[in-house]
Amino acid sequence: MAIEKILKDDASEEKGERARMASFVGAIAITDLVKTTLGPKGMDKILQSTGRGHGVTVTNDGATILKSLHIDNPAAKVLIDISKVQDDEVGDGTTSVVVLAGELLREAEKLVAAKIHPMTIISGYRMAAECARNALSQRVVDNKENAEKFKSDLMKIARTTLSSKILSQDKEHFAQLAVDAVMRLKGSTNLEAIQIIKKPGGSLMDSFLDEGFILDKKIGLGQPKRIENAKILVANTAMDTDKVKIYGARVRVDSMSKVAEIEGAEKEKMREKVQKIIAHGINCFVNRQLIYNFPEELFADAGVLAIEHADFDGIERLALVTGGEIASTFDNPESVKIGHCKLIEEIMIGEDKSIHFSGVEMGQACTIVLRGASHHVLDEAERSLHDALCVLSQTVNDTRVLLGGGWPEMVMAKEVDELARKTPGKKSHAIEAFSRALVAIPTIIADNAGLDSADLVAQLRAAHHKEGCNAGIDVISGSVGDMAELGISESFKVKQAVLLSATEAAEMILRVDEIITCAPRQREDRM
Amino acid sequence: MALAFDEYGRPFIILKEQDQKTRLRGLEAQKANISAGKAVARILRTSLGPKGMDKMLQSPDGDVTITNDGATILEQMDVDNQIAKLMVELSRSQDYEIGDGTTGVVVMAGALLEQAEHLLERGIHPIRIAEGYEMASRMAVEHLDHIAQKFDFGPTNIEPLVQTCMTTLSSKIVNRCKRPLAEISVKAVLSVADLERKDVNLDLIKVEGKVGGKLEDTELIYGITVDKDMSHPQMPKQIQDAKIAILTCPFEPPKPKTKHKVDIDTVEKFQTLRQQEQKYFDDMVQKCKDVGATLVICQWGFDDEANHLLMHRNLPAVRWVGGVELELIAIATGGRIVPRFQELTPEKLGRAGLVREKSFGTTKDKMLYIEHCANSRAVTIFIRGGNKMMIEETKRSIHDALCVARNLIRNNSIVYGGGSAEISCSIAVEAAADKYPGVEQYAIRAFADALDSVPMALAENSGLQPIETLSAVKSQQIKENNPHFGIDCNDVGTNDMREQNVFETLIGKQQQILLATQVVKMILKIDDVISPSDY
Repeated sequence: MAIEKILKDDASEEKGERARMASFVGAIAITDLVKTTLGPKGMDKILQSTGRGHGVTVTNDGATILKSLHIDNPAAKVLIDISKVQDDEVGDGTTSVVVLAGELLREAEKLVAAKIHPMTIISGYRMAAECARNALSQRVVDNKENAEKFKSDLMKIARTTLSSKILSQDKEHFAQLAVDAVMRLKGSTNLEAIQIIKKPGGSLMDSFLDEGFILDKKIGLGQPKRIENAKILVANTAMDTDKVKIYGARVRVDSMSKVAEIEGAEKEKMREKVQKIIAHGINCFVNRQLIYNFPEELFADAGVLAIEHADFDGIERLALVTGGEIASTFDNPESVKIGHCKLIEEIMIGEDKSIHFSGVEMGQACTIVLRGASHHVLDEAERSLHDALCVLSQTVNDTRVLLGGGWPEMVMAKEVDELARKTPGKKSHAIEAFSRALVAIPTIIADNAGLDSADLVAQLRAAHHKEGCNAGIDVISGSVGDMAELGISESFKVKQAVLLSATEAAEMILRVDEIITCAPRQREDRM
Repeated sequence: MALAFDEYGRPFIILKEQDQKTRLRGLEAQKANISAGKAVARILRTSLGPKGMDKMLQSPDGDVTITNDGATILEQMDVDNQIAKLMVELSRSQDYEIGDGTTGVVVMAGALLEQAEHLLERGIHPIRIAEGYEMASRMAVEHLDHIAQKFDFGPTNIEPLVQTCMTTLSSKIVNRCKRPLAEISVKAVLSVADLERKDVNLDLIKVEGKVGGKLEDTELIYGITVDKDMSHPQMPKQIQDAKIAILTCPFEPPKPKTKHKVDIDTVEKFQTLRQQEQKYFDDMVQKCKDVGATLVICQWGFDDEANHLLMHRNLPAVRWVGGVELELIAIATGGRIVPRFQELTPEKLGRAGLVREKSFGTTKDKMLYIEHCANSRAVTIFIRGGNKMMIEETKRSIHDALCVARNLIRNNSIVYGGGSAEISCSIAVEAAADKYPGVEQYAIRAFADALDSVPMALAENSGLQPIETLSAVKSQQIKENNPHFGIDCNDVGTNDMREQNVFETLIGKQQQILLATQVVKMILKIDDVISPSDY
């Protein structure tokens, strides 16, 4: 009799070759989708959301593109996941990691077709990845000791990262911005301290780094617009009706006059609170929560600048820059640390008013104001800058630096090729395939730039035959150039993460020989 | 559907709406059941052994899991068939009891069912088959006892334990760094093990994962990690020699459970209430400070005001810590969980040498490490890896390895792996079969054949000629009377499993055989399947 059905109705099962084919096809499709964005001459994608308003995003950030896709193929999901992780962990190289994993799978597909067992391919890939990593770590440059040189390394990395983004026209400007911002962090990787404000209008070149802090808020009516030598109290407290928090308390009155009395008491309570706050000897009060009109008026009377509804990040950053602490009770003014800054004023950026704190004590946080023609440009600029900042902050921690422009891939490919020649057995095919996948990256970069990739990559390979060669693809002139002279650098940490996660993902997909898809959960139609 | 008629020729209605139900009976039912069981086993068969492949499972919500852990595959598969559900149960009970060998047990059961089918075709009664299997399984288990070896290990000599864990890990995706992971697992188990009582409480080992980094960065922390950060961003990030107050009461105004009302009808009442509230907050914080705590870990949230007061008094605090984590912290630091502020005393504080906050990656991901605890009996294994699926799979693999190490501490007998134990049992059972009079003899012989299927699958998955390899190993075992020969999956060049250091636990193997036999017996005894037809 026929084999019983084991799985539920809509669940499907794919086995052996079919399963493998499904995952290869899915993964390669994803790779082909993002690979045109790779490199300085990579193209952007327009993404239109299916949500209300059909919002449009223009980007060439791999992670952003993949995040917005609705994918059904499980293997493709693995690739999207690694891209996301790369974004979280090092911030850049989100496209490269997907492309490399895809190329590894493309090569693996050929090997599987040539009847090599996936497990053999995996062990070959593993050996190759290990060898490639060693090759890279031998060729790194580490300028940790020399601050001057290190700074120029950072500049180079920032320029390289930005050159593939929309900011490439003004990369010099933005590289300087990013490096300055990161240097202020003094080794911390907390990018929260760098605030990015986007204001449409002007051109990208008008973007600037502000050493102080800009809060995107307006100053309350009737309050001073400019304060010198400000003493700032940063608070997180309810300034609406300060409720009694004891559970179950309620007001029960029997006449109108009592209502009025209690209302008076409430007002009195609020007035007292405001008095206490003012007693700190401050002239600026920033609260995370709302400030109602009544206390605001009291503040205005006392000549204190009150800013309400600053979001949580804003509060934290403000506390960080001014050196104050976030207060919620106000009974002992002597021990609360109060933040200081030289000048608070309302400034205009474009058409909007913002509050600008300058001359702050602690220099850790800073603000980058981005200007640009449209929201799309600004969004993309923010993403690009975010990538650059991430890479730089990671590089500050791990100061090893590599050359860019396809140089690391060629170095790795050469070493891996050596290894393939030395390895006996079927594994050597897999190792060779790994090296081919590595070479695919410079090939794609050249292709995207409209160059003759076959010729260029061959030249590059020949150049790399010599020891200690710095050759890479110079996309601008369309030839092989010296990367050290051109000042194209990449962070070792990013490259290593790309290599390892791509290999891990390829391995994971290769190991699969069966895909079981459960029936999609039925969604109830809301009519 | 069979119908019964009374003397007037009218049909009896025996089952409710019987014409709408499908019914299988007799041999047909048994065959249908067997084929369902076999189908499940066939799915898992390719996952067996170090060269086994993984399965990709897509859940109803679209999440992807990649694994080769038998129990996980079956659990996530949307199984509909009743018999297939039995197989899922089988794998799950092996998981609960032993933790490892969840794939093997299903493959074994599948093989037994396949053999039973042949016997049924020859007209042997299912109960006789079941009895034969039962006898054979007893023989096999006895034989395992016979060939098992004890090996000694102590806190200083962990090598044998590490080797056994490595055998388990080598079939998983993490086999790239099986050695470090095996060492981590063994060390973790040993540090929480009670060697006197031969017991291990695996609850004391916490397995945490965080995406990012690489597998090699996985580490064993002698302490606890909590996926939380300090409640106030400006609290100190590192505390030396922390004295920890572990609270299960919130820093919030009291909420009596009985229904009550506080009526405010005069201005005075309003003001006293307010003052009391302020005092209440102040008291709470002061209590913690008075007993000498330098860190407060709380199961509940804090009010903004309380948070600031804590910050103000220089008392770092962590909020919203889960119950399980709270217990672990209490065990590790030797503190007591305090449900009320009034009950805080200096003796109830936990102690830890170092508490620090560590941030990861470019996003604001922070974790709290509590290390150098007063009582080092609670440990954490912290896994890093390239993507979410990798971490999940590593967690499962580590769980298996931990279970294996625990089983060895409970009972330090091992058998050799690589199919050698199955082959040896098969030879023993085969030999014993000839001595049995009666029909059961056939069943016992079939059982021996079924035992061969595990090494056969191993050989098949490793790309070897299954029948050729198996027969060669079998004859070698008989000729040299040495039960250590198995399948050389990794192409090392020798098939002596003692040399390859491939071990499995004795109880794991015995449990596999017993569980598989039990389930098969149950399936064989079914002769009638009534199921409602689809509607």
